[in-house]
Amino acid sequence: MASRDDIKFLSNPKIGGRRRKYCRFRRYGIKYIDYKDPDFLLTFVNEQGKILPRRITGNSLKYQRKVASAIKRARHLAMLPYVTDLLK
Amino acid sequence: MRNYETTFIVDPTLSGDEIKATAQAYVDNLQKEGCEIVFVDEMGLRTLAYDINNRNNGVYYCVEYTAPNGAFLKNFELGMRRDERILRFLTVALDKYGVQYNADKRAGKIGKAKRHKQEKPAKTEPAAHGISRKKADSPHLSGVPSGDAESFKEEE
Repeated sequence: MASRDDIKFLSNPKIGGRRRKYCRFRRYGIKYIDYKDPDFLLTFVNEQGKILPRRITGNSLKYQRKVASAIKRARHLAMLPYVTDLLK
Repeated sequence: MRNYETTFIVDPTLSGDEIKATAQAYVDNLQKEGCEIVFVDEMGLRTLAYDINNRNNGVYYCVEYTAPNGAFLKNFELGMRRDERILRFLTVALDKYGVQYNADKRAGKIGKAKRHKQEKPAKTEPAAHGISRKKADSPHLSGVPSGDAESFKEEE
């Protein structure tokens, strides 16, 4: 009979493990989010121009708030659309 | 002293001189109020994401300055609001990171930082794998949309 330790390595432990989300601002030490850089902000909105939630972007709360306000500022300055389709 | 940044969009149907004169008028206005201009960034003609006053593009200007207090803002913004040559404006108070960011941007460091970013993941990769392997041992961690997280990494 196989012991508990043998069973552990019958399947490749890497398969099925999801990549861990992380906050890119914390990891790379980005302190300021520029609202005049729409190309960068595009990574935080979906195709309709809606702000993506934290559970998808992995941002920490502090930086999610900053991202959200930067996107809203960019929208005011017509650098990002308020409503659209097929943004990407 | 407080740090501010005002971004405004000038009507593109004006002639080139008029556009420059409009922007210069507001810069002079700020100086008259006792503000110290740090930098005037002419971002140039850009397409608007949506129409404003039936225009689909505009000339962007961004002025960074320091002011002794916020008293000038009321009149400054009122002037912009009444001015038909200005399509949009936005004044933002900058924190120390914003000032640092703008200084770096002017020095051309921001583009480099992005390249630096691409190098970094390679270094941190082993650590990330270590975590994922640990997680994989426990059975209930799969099925949550990993596609999104991956696509983000690629975009970087």
